[in-house]
Amino acid sequence: MKIAVVGAGPAGVRAVEVLVAAGHRPIWIDEAPDGGGRIYQRPPAALRRNARELYGFESTKAAALHGCLDRLKPLVDWRPETLVWHIHPGRKTLYMLNGGMQATAAYDAVLLCTGAMDRVIPLQGWTQPGVTTLGAAQIAVKAQGCAIGHRVALVGTGPLLWLVAHQYAKAGAQVAVVIDTTSLASLAAAAPGLLRDSITFAKGLYYMGSVKARGIPTVHGAIPLAIEHDETAVTGVRFRDARGREQRVACDAVGMGWGLKPESQLADLAGIPFDFDPLQHNWLPERDATGRTPVASHYLAGDGASIGGAAVAELAGARAAWAILQDAGRAIDTAAVRRLDRALARQRKIRAALERAFPFPVRLAADLADDIILCRCEGLRAGELRAAAVSDLNRTKALTRTGMGRCQGRICGVAASEVLAAAVNQETATLGRLRGQPPVKPMPVTSLPAREHAA
Amino acid sequence: MTIESDVLVLGGGGAGCSAALHLARRGSKVTLLERGLVGSQASGVNYGGVRQQGRHPAELPIARRSREIWGRLKELVGCDAEFSITGHLKLARNADEEADLIAYLDTARAYDLPLRMIGRNAIHREYPWLGPDVVAGSLAPDDGSANPRLLSPALAHAARAAGAAVHEQTEITSYDRLNGRFVLKARNGAEFRAPILVNMAGYWGGAVAAAFGEAVPIEPLSPNMLVTEPTTYFIKPNLGVVGGNIYLRQIPRGNVIVGGGHGESDPAVPWSRPLPEVTLQNFNYALQLVPALAGLHVIRSWSGIDGQMPDHIPVIGPSRTTPGLFHAFGFSGHGFQLGPAIGAIMSELVLDGHSDVPLEAFQIDRWNVQPAVREA
Repeated sequence: MKIAVVGAGPAGVRAVEVLVAAGHRPIWIDEAPDGGGRIYQRPPAALRRNARELYGFESTKAAALHGCLDRLKPLVDWRPETLVWHIHPGRKTLYMLNGGMQATAAYDAVLLCTGAMDRVIPLQGWTQPGVTTLGAAQIAVKAQGCAIGHRVALVGTGPLLWLVAHQYAKAGAQVAVVIDTTSLASLAAAAPGLLRDSITFAKGLYYMGSVKARGIPTVHGAIPLAIEHDETAVTGVRFRDARGREQRVACDAVGMGWGLKPESQLADLAGIPFDFDPLQHNWLPERDATGRTPVASHYLAGDGASIGGAAVAELAGARAAWAILQDAGRAIDTAAVRRLDRALARQRKIRAALERAFPFPVRLAADLADDIILCRCEGLRAGELRAAAVSDLNRTKALTRTGMGRCQGRICGVAASEVLAAAVNQETATLGRLRGQPPVKPMPVTSLPAREHAA
Repeated sequence: MTIESDVLVLGGGGAGCSAALHLARRGSKVTLLERGLVGSQASGVNYGGVRQQGRHPAELPIARRSREIWGRLKELVGCDAEFSITGHLKLARNADEEADLIAYLDTARAYDLPLRMIGRNAIHREYPWLGPDVVAGSLAPDDGSANPRLLSPALAHAARAAGAAVHEQTEITSYDRLNGRFVLKARNGAEFRAPILVNMAGYWGGAVAAAFGEAVPIEPLSPNMLVTEPTTYFIKPNLGVVGGNIYLRQIPRGNVIVGGGHGESDPAVPWSRPLPEVTLQNFNYALQLVPALAGLHVIRSWSGIDGQMPDHIPVIGPSRTTPGLFHAFGFSGHGFQLGPAIGAIMSELVLDGHSDVPLEAFQIDRWNVQPAVREA
């Protein structure tokens, strides 16, 4: 039986661990050179530091995951630095690009663990050099050992905002301000739910407390107004605080993000239907608690299916691997599966509380000023989308070019949906979602002959 | 809900929207019925070539008339759909293909289509970015390209302004003719009645014809399209080749649009997608024409669904079985350029009973009465 696993983050690692233990040798594909996913992305060898320093509280988990990954690599068909740019569910074939070479891999079952990316809301000035996502700001510190600037403002909401602030401060970077668009009241209201997992809650409080204890200015319930800049660099960030006072903080770089969204393009190309999840405020591919999808032989796990974080991804990856084995008629460890199911059920409740604590600020996206660049690939401003708005996101894309550039809407799609929903006065979920089209990410035109691979 | 009209136009592609516009302008009470959104299939997702060169001789009079409408699209509908006269350069990659280009010069002359043959030396002097395999070219200076995403919505908008009713998201589930009136029922419960029905439903037009007892051998046709990231604008003409296995053009914004071969589709959904091996094959064909495209990133690929007839030309004209029924479908990949004129021609067939454009080659019963016409 040929099994393919796409992604070597927490979900992929734990899935492959189960599959290898059951005697399988899956083909295992990851875009990065060394696996680990975004959360446990490893620095290049020359920049390695100790895990404790890099991953803080998560260092034990990170070390365990990396250890598992390294142990599994020789036992599988390991394909690092490989982009799966297309999937054909009928042919059960993956189309891959590695080092400029095309290759294919046939599978009997595939598990997609494709991870997540930051959810971005455009602000005045967001296309300037020096503005990155929170995820990119974090990877700069984790994998490259550098900060995105000398004096960094962090803007957005969610656990990642405070984690990045903590990591920057701890690494010695100067954090000019942390601007959280979520109010303290919203956080307080969600606290009882979060207490279901006292460790997660304690960590969250610790990061927030650590940032405040270092004397870093923090603002809750603020509305970011603009990223100011001169001809060469970011110069400051302007916002309105919870009391309605306009403030400005000088900085030379901005990291921003409002939670995460699944990188679900392969699930889309595999023909898995999507639903709008009002709690996450994301379009999510349909799958059940075991990772099974309505498309037979196609499984999902981790943040690529639904945002749950690394701990959930590890559980979900292992659970989906058991589902694959069970569907193939193999013996499964029912006690292990029961433990995973219980843990996943518990995590779902915590996650729901977390989503309520840091809700996606719909109005911030919907109310973008007309002159703000919404789609940076195509240079399209929010007002241009409003002027051409019709009650269908893909049709509005066709008329305006929103989401037709290099990122194919991965960056601008979230905000474009909200601007459109407000413009036509409809619910976001009724306007559809940007359809996935191959390639999943930009792919070079090359005349090299295709190389055939069997898993 | 029952809606009475003079004319029902079935299918909101470029041709159908143009028919609704022309009929409404002449005072007909016309209702356009579209299952999805106007221009969702072949009309909206095609390559965007506005090309007369290389057309089947039977299509050339329509193509000439359509080119004239394209030239005044802005005044007709208030939007030029980014139509730009770039010239269409058809390339030969060997002596046989060059002979084909030369042979077509006579056809073009017979229909007053201006063409300029460019020989082996001149072609690389005039277009230094062409690859060494290119041996000759034929330039149609009046041809060009436009943005397919904009044409049908613009025509539909103008049709509405002229008084046509445009019903999108209206899938027709049954076709009847009672007491000289067509009765079409939609999935949403609406009923549409009119003495005239114009079938312009693309691939699905075949099923409509079959419902009135004149089935035709139609197949779904799904172009395999891709677009690159923007780069320096250097490919001005719309490029094609003898045999048609690759075509590409660059827009002033810098993106290069490449098509060739066929993807896969399921018209019942409807669903269509390019095939990966065809996309990769197109890389090779495109690089043979323009080696400088190497390394440029492809950002998206797509397909759609058109209807293909065995002889690669559409069905156009009155039904042979049903009075009041007219057909224009199965454009076999040629409908984007022809669409605007097809609408005008259908309005003439409906209102005047004839059109000055010769339509004999497009009769719906041609498979029953004569051998299939081979494409030139």
